[in-house]
Amino acid sequence: MLDDLDRRGFLKLAGLGAGVTFASGLGFKADPALAADSDFYFVQLTDTHWGFSGPKVNPEALNTLPKAVAAVNALATPPDFIVFTGDLTHTTDDPLERRKRMAQFKAIVGELKVKTIRYLAGEHDASLDKGEAFREFFGEMHYAFDHKGVHFIALDNVSDPGAKLGEAQLDWLKADLAKQKPEQSIVVLTHRPLFDLYPDWDWATQDGAKAIDLLMPYKNVAVLYGHIHQEHHKMTQHIAHHAATSLIFPQPAPGSQPKRTPPVEWDPAHPFRGLGFREIAAKAKVPAVTLAEVPLVKA
Amino acid sequence: MPIPRRRCALFLLMGILGLGLLGRSGAEERPIVHITAKRFEYEPPVVKLKKGVPVTIELTALDRQHGFKVPQLGLRVDAWPGETTRVELIPDKSGTFEFVCDVFCGSGHEDMDGKIIVEE
Ligand SMILES: [Cu+2]
Repeated sequence: MLDDLDRRGFLKLAGLGAGVTFASGLGFKADPALAADSDFYFVQLTDTHWGFSGPKVNPEALNTLPKAVAAVNALATPPDFIVFTGDLTHTTDDPLERRKRMAQFKAIVGELKVKTIRYLAGEHDASLDKGEAFREFFGEMHYAFDHKGVHFIALDNVSDPGAKLGEAQLDWLKADLAKQKPEQSIVVLTHRPLFDLYPDWDWATQDGAKAIDLLMPYKNVAVLYGHIHQEHHKMTQHIAHHAATSLIFPQPAPGSQPKRTPPVEWDPAHPFRGLGFREIAAKAKVPAVTLAEVPLVKA
Repeated sequence: MPIPRRRCALFLLMGILGLGLLGRSGAEERPIVHITAKRFEYEPPVVKLKKGVPVTIELTALDRQHGFKVPQLGLRVDAWPGETTRVELIPDKSGTFEFVCDVFCGSGHEDMDGKIIVEE
């Protein structure tokens, strides 16, 4: 799969090869080369699950998000913006508690020294109330914006608990794409994967193929998502899909155990292992994006 | 192939038409298996079927929408509170087939599953 990406030369997975160095602890810096030769870069954080408690999988659950905020603030070059790709908070049945968690999350990420933060919902935030609380705190659940020549599209595949984008949103996507030229660099942001990564574990979007079909005529498309709590890369023809690591606990590799639970246990010898965020260098011209994975601490 | 049906009225109508056409062919004796979904379990959690013997699965939910997906038998439907979802199934292979909830129903959804055991 990685060969596939390299062969196409569409993007280089900087975080997987030599050339990107990370300082240990929280003192790491953004790869200077990454920032220097790109038009801009932004940071993706995902699956922070604020409110989650599970000593076996993350006894540091209360510290992980503030630690990530500090790590992003310590980047040598601040990113243009930050995107959270869902599961900002952990599920609760209590509408008041849900809002309390969202308020706490917002206060913590309010410490980020970056003005523009974009939010997407995850199923933990939005499936039980169809996104009602999320909208109150973070605004619309699907939207588009342009930044320095790159077109961004945020899609909602979680407020329907059955993991559907739905016809109305697909129509909106179609209308939005109709305004773009075929060579436009497009970055799609979602929570769940749009392709069938592992449907038995809900690692899919029921009508995701319809969105991929709509995106297919565009030559430079990358989809960034979360949900699966691990790095993953996949091509659907020329469209690249990249999952980022979580900030609460890692999940098992797709199909590597009978069920998706239990998640990967905390290893006291390697605290915060498998947790981190991602820097994405983006250019208005191809290659559209270059990724750098940033561990929360050096493994 | 299993045929999911949301509306019991439609199913009943087809059933009546079917009976009319088939007369006393025995189609009305298709056994019914009731499965109830609630957070985060199915009742019963294990369903035993016979290979080649047609059954009707009747699903309902107690608390909120749930999913019922049996990937290995190519079957997926929704279960809703206050409604009955009926699916016809003729198991064409023996074995143990897991079913899961694929509608996010809360913390614990990930563990919501059951088994269909099809015997020869
Ligand atoms: Cu369920």
